[in-house]
Amino acid sequence: MSSHDHQSATTVAQKPDTKAIWFTFWILLGVTAVEFLIAFTSDSKPFRIITFILLTFVKAYFIVANFMHLRHEVKTLIWSVVVPIAFIAWLVAALIFEGGSILGSHPIK
Amino acid sequence: MASHSVSTSNVNLWGGGVEPMKASYGKLMMWFFLMSDTFTFSALLITYGLIRFSHPAYTGPMDHAVFSQEYWPLPDMVFNGLPFLHGVHLPLVFVGIMTFILIMSSVTMVLAVEAGHRMDRNDVQKWMLWTILGGIAFLACQAWEWTHLIMGSETGQMVDGKIFHGANLVRNEYGPPAFADLFFFITGFHGTHVLSGVVLNIIIFYNTVVGVYDRTGHYEMVEKVGLYWHFVDLVWVFVFTFFYLI
Repeated sequence: MSSHDHQSATTVAQKPDTKAIWFTFWILLGVTAVEFLIAFTSDSKPFRIITFILLTFVKAYFIVANFMHLRHEVKTLIWSVVVPIAFIAWLVAALIFEGGSILGSHPIK
Repeated sequence: MASHSVSTSNVNLWGGGVEPMKASYGKLMMWFFLMSDTFTFSALLITYGLIRFSHPAYTGPMDHAVFSQEYWPLPDMVFNGLPFLHGVHLPLVFVGIMTFILIMSSVTMVLAVEAGHRMDRNDVQKWMLWTILGGIAFLACQAWEWTHLIMGSETGQMVDGKIFHGANLVRNEYGPPAFADLFFFITGFHGTHVLSGVVLNIIIFYNTVVGVYDRTGHYEMVEKVGLYWHFVDLVWVFVFTFFYLI
C-alpha cells in the first residue's frame, strides 16, 4: 500500500522493469524441461518421485517468492504463510508412506 | 520495504493504528484466503497420494505397458494424445503445452501488476488481455483432455464382463476407478478455480478500460487478483507433478 502513496498519474513515463520477471520465467521453463527429461529417460521409481517432488517445490518457491512478491513482504507475513505449508509437506510425505503400508497389509481392490 | 518505522513503536505494534504486516487489508485477506484454499487442495492431493500408493504399481517394461484393473496406470500411457494427431503416441506433450500456457499467463499477469505500479493504463490493459486469453486457452485444453479421457481408446478394456471405452466415475478402462475419480475431481476443482480467475480477470480488465483505477489512484486490485491467479498456476504445478509425472 505504502508503495502507491508516493506515486501519481503523472509518473507515466517510467520505463518498465521486467528483468526479474523474465528471469523467473526462464527458471520455471528450465525446471519443467528438466522434469520432462527425467520423465522420458529415467526408469528408477524412487529417484523419479523424490526428484519430481523436490523440483515442484523449487518451482513453487520461485512462483511464490517472485510472482506473488512474498520475498518483498515483512518477515511476519512470510512466516505465517510458510509455516503452515511445512506441515502440509509433512502430511503429503506421511500419507504417501501410509499408502504404501496399506498396500503391504491389505491392498485396496 | 523500510522497517525502521516498526522498531520505534514496538510496544504498540499490535495495538492498532499501525500495519504490522505492511500490507493492505485487501492483500492480507487475499493471502489468508489463499492459505485456506491451499488446505483444500492439499487435502485432495494428500488423498491422491494415499490412494495411489495403496494400489499396486505397474512393474513391467515401460514401453509395452498394458492397462489393467489390477494396478495404477502409467500416466505416460493414459495422457498421450494431441489434437489433430489421432492415434499417435505422444506422452505428456499436450500437458506440457498446458503447463506452458499457464506459466505464460502467470508471466503476463505479473507484467500487468508491474504496469499497474507505473500507472500505465495501456500496458495493464494489454497484459490483462493476454492473461485472459491464456486462461481461456488453458480451459479449452482442459476440456479436450477430459474428452480424451472420457471417450477412451478404440480398443477399450474388459470391465465388469464387457468391453468398456474411456472413463467415468464408476468404470475406467485405464485402471482402478479411483484413478479417474481423483482425476476428474482434482483437475475439475482446479479448472473451476481457473474459470473464476478468468471471470475476475475480465472484471479487472473492464475496470481498467473504463478508468476506475486511474480514478482511485492505484492499481491494487490488479495485484490482489494477480495473487489469486498465481496461486492457480501454483496449484497446477502440483497437480502436474502428482498426476502426470509420478
